[in-house]
Amino acid sequence: MPKFEYAPAPESRAIVTIEKSYGLFIDGAFTRPKATFPTINPADETVLAEVSQAGPKDVDKAVAAARRAYEGVWGRMSGAERGKYLFRIARILQERAREFAVLETLDNGKPIKETRDVDVPVAAAHFFYHAGWADKLEYAGLSASGADVPRPHGVVGQVIPWNFPLLMLAWKIAPALATGNTVVLKPAETTPLSALLFAEVCQQADLPAGVVNIITGDGRTGQALVEHPDVDKIAFTGSTDVGKAIARSIAGTAKKATLELGGKAANIVFDDAPIDQAVEGIISGIFFNQGQVCCAGSRLLVQENVHDQVVAKLKRRLETLRVGDPMDKNSDLGAINSKAQLDRITALVEAGVAEGAERWSPECTLPAKGYWFPPTVLTGVSQTHRVATEEIFGPVLSVLTFRTPQEAVAKANNTAYGLSAGVWTEKGSRILWMADQLRAGVVWANTFNRFDPTSPFGGYKESGYGREGGRHGLEAYVTTAPSTLTGTAR
Amino acid sequence: MSRLDVRKTYKLYIGGKFPRSESGRSYEVVSATGEFLANAAMGSRKDVRDAVVAARGALAGWSGTTAYNRGQVLYRVAEVLEGRRAQFALEVASSEGLSARAANAVVDAAIDRVVWYAGWTDKIAQVLGNLNPVAGPFFNVSAPEPTGVVGILAPQSSSLLGLVSVIAPVIASGNTAVVVTSASRPLPAVTLSEVLATSDVPGGVVNIITAQTAEVATWLAAHRDVNAIDLTGVAGADGVDWAALEAEAAGNLKRVHRPTLLDGVPVEPDWTADPGLTRIRAFVETKTVWHPKGL
Repeated sequence: MPKFEYAPAPESRAIVTIEKSYGLFIDGAFTRPKATFPTINPADETVLAEVSQAGPKDVDKAVAAARRAYEGVWGRMSGAERGKYLFRIARILQERAREFAVLETLDNGKPIKETRDVDVPVAAAHFFYHAGWADKLEYAGLSASGADVPRPHGVVGQVIPWNFPLLMLAWKIAPALATGNTVVLKPAETTPLSALLFAEVCQQADLPAGVVNIITGDGRTGQALVEHPDVDKIAFTGSTDVGKAIARSIAGTAKKATLELGGKAANIVFDDAPIDQAVEGIISGIFFNQGQVCCAGSRLLVQENVHDQVVAKLKRRLETLRVGDPMDKNSDLGAINSKAQLDRITALVEAGVAEGAERWSPECTLPAKGYWFPPTVLTGVSQTHRVATEEIFGPVLSVLTFRTPQEAVAKANNTAYGLSAGVWTEKGSRILWMADQLRAGVVWANTFNRFDPTSPFGGYKESGYGREGGRHGLEAYVTTAPSTLTGTAR
Repeated sequence: MSRLDVRKTYKLYIGGKFPRSESGRSYEVVSATGEFLANAAMGSRKDVRDAVVAARGALAGWSGTTAYNRGQVLYRVAEVLEGRRAQFALEVASSEGLSARAANAVVDAAIDRVVWYAGWTDKIAQVLGNLNPVAGPFFNVSAPEPTGVVGILAPQSSSLLGLVSVIAPVIASGNTAVVVTSASRPLPAVTLSEVLATSDVPGGVVNIITAQTAEVATWLAAHRDVNAIDLTGVAGADGVDWAALEAEAAGNLKRVHRPTLLDGVPVEPDWTADPGLTRIRAFVETKTVWHPKGL
């Protein structure tokens, strides 16, 4: 099939002003930059800005500011007033949407198409959705018994990943603020810029000082925040290893945690599925955001009798994907976020080939500079291969087969993870049966990678605990226990 | 000459059977006033592991029954408990040092607690689940599912009311359980296992281990095939470091139901209070299913 030629259609980066260097956003103001490290554009390896490495003293200051704001202002404010601040933030995000989209694409490497159409609008939607909850929490059905009104925990420490920097910020900050908590948030080391621009949004919204604090840095900063004795609750999205370390570090304390961790989702295609639609779903499932998605459909389980047909159609469709400049509005796949991630993807794919998988990628010319990996399909993968069990977090699809629905379920559930799963079939009763059997927090049937602020997201098993979004997401940010007693750690 | 009574051998309850501890060990159980009551089996690591295997094996069947059916089975438990009120009242009185009247009140409350949870089984999904109005043409629903195999450290003090108050919410939603009883007051738990065995609760759904809490809790908290752990029973347990148990539980990210804390120290909850939904909520997972709408 001929590939359509597209003229370059680059989005202008003039809309966004990036400072040379950034301090930390603590107590409503930026500190002077110090101990800086560069954040780069992974698409061309140019330095975008220098950001500060927050040390333990900075974490102390940020937590203290959040505590003051909680006790002095935010914890006492009526829900209706809190809600109005959140509505303001939602509106400012919408007003400055293009600016955020461009900045996010520059810092993360994902296509502008995605930041423009998904990351930024869904982030704004999260603030809009949670704004409405702020004065309605007693209706959320979270009370332990009839009489208790949900109360905030206090200061929340939040650590977010680099794959959806602004969107993960919104998932964390919006419910925390709506329920009356104050926040110290650490964005990922490689993608701090949209969070720092968000600090400006807080200033424009006249959010009281200290309600939101943004501290940048590497894992050491995150650890200092998580272990800080005056943090009441941790919200973390990232790797399962770090999630377990956090769970250990808060053991025996009164700190609560929600953990949204890794995944190895099965995307299951039955022989009666609408194959063309399924192929689109397989592609969005694993190549959206270069596959750097915790709920990515990284294991394709295809019924044996349609395996060849599905793989052929998949390859044909992949030939038409455009990989390249993330700022180009035509690009379907952008850059891998960092050298470290690229190395990990490369090593795992090589391990897959060494273990006997057959590797295929469409013909595509990757840019000379930057971190790039072509969309890749591994066929002939078996259950024990590392590429079938470990999270690759890249544009790599492992293809396995099954014969019966029972076998599909057994293979799909044969993982320590349990974040998401996909099912493709035209048979309604089979969809519902499969949805019951799959041990995963989100099941997409005849669709994949859908997200909405009203829809709870989170995993079973080692994909973590707690939910984000929807009515269920509020639960993590409130307590209903008598103030002298604390019970469940969830 | 008066008739010599036939004493009961207090054993473990694993997979619907009543084995002795594989370790061959037992320990002396005494009343609140220090009189000998019985030799209870002293459960071991292997007993805990056997119980986890039994609980895992029973999970598909129990979680696969209808909520209506689970409600009827739980109600049946209450019926059989009611029929053995006198026996429980005697055991509770001697274990907890209560007057006959107070022990009877405890048994009443325990029976009523089971009835309360029997009525919850087919309401949990309605109260904890809902449709989500997503911004697009999708049907989207969130509903609770059982977490899986739940380890329970049963309360040390409340040997019957506390015990049923931690078991019933776990199995009501379809989980299966491995219960480590109160170390010093295990006898009502053993008798409860006889009730469970005759109440249509399938073997393996509830497994009961009498043991020294400090010895076996670590194995339960560290076991990779246990999905959640209830640490209620650390309150008042000798030599138990609950922080260490929670840290062990992080190995496979078990859901941890922490003990009730008063000024940072575990205390046993007030079992007469309205239990609320906290314990049901602690051992369910929310699953969200999406499907497109269209012609």
